[in-house]
Amino acid sequence: MIIAEMMMFGVFFITYMVYRAKDVELFNVSQLALNRNLALLNTLFLVTSSWTVAQAVIAARQDRLIAVRGYLLTAIGLAVAFMTAKCFEYSIEFEHGITAATNMFFMFYFCLTMIHMLHVIIGTVILGVVWANARRGVYRPGRTEGLETAASYWHMVDLLWIFLFPLLYLLR
Amino acid sequence: MIDFLRSRIHRSWLFLMVATAATFGLRAEGAAGLGAAEATLGIAYMKGRLVILNFMEVRHAPLWLRLVLEAWLLAVSVTLLTIYWISVGRHA
Repeated sequence: MIIAEMMMFGVFFITYMVYRAKDVELFNVSQLALNRNLALLNTLFLVTSSWTVAQAVIAARQDRLIAVRGYLLTAIGLAVAFMTAKCFEYSIEFEHGITAATNMFFMFYFCLTMIHMLHVIIGTVILGVVWANARRGVYRPGRTEGLETAASYWHMVDLLWIFLFPLLYLLR
Repeated sequence: MIDFLRSRIHRSWLFLMVATAATFGLRAEGAAGLGAAEATLGIAYMKGRLVILNFMEVRHAPLWLRLVLEAWLLAVSVTLLTIYWISVGRHA
């Protein structure tokens, strides 16, 4: 499932670049309306949450149960911070009358970031489930497959944003 | 700090944070065009590879899985850069 999602986003990224190539000026001018600072903050949130999830997997293998819960809870907190900042960013854009109907750049911007946001929401729910499992002591050395699968999904969410950030906010 | 850097996961996180700041700084300096685009997409490729190999632990996964994910990352990165080159050529 993770590979299929990555393939799908790969096609999205390439489609975006093809449309950008058709009207570079429109995409470059429109990009200036985006808030790069919030996007930077969100990238740091996701990268760090990915790191804490990776740490949770290591802690589970070492039977450090309290650390597993702590790392997962931190990741969930960072995911919520990402969603809050992204919603704030959307609200600023809507206030300025920018919507998906504004032009082709913003159509891609809203579609890509909202599809990604959906994955963040699903990933956060999955992290919540594995955190609850970790509280019940489900993940012990040799029994970490469920946690590893959840972690891989979350890393994919991070990986996709690693490309969305430069494509939408930085590339000129 | 040295203990911290002994871990591949910690080193990856540190690189991801610094690389993110570097691409942001590049853009903040007004960098645009070929050199900046290559650097930005090149850094995204390197960041993606670290996430796949070290966070997803694909480094220790079966070879077919590593090949599929590395091929995906390389194909997407090269295609994005090629389309960028074509767009620059068209608008030059």
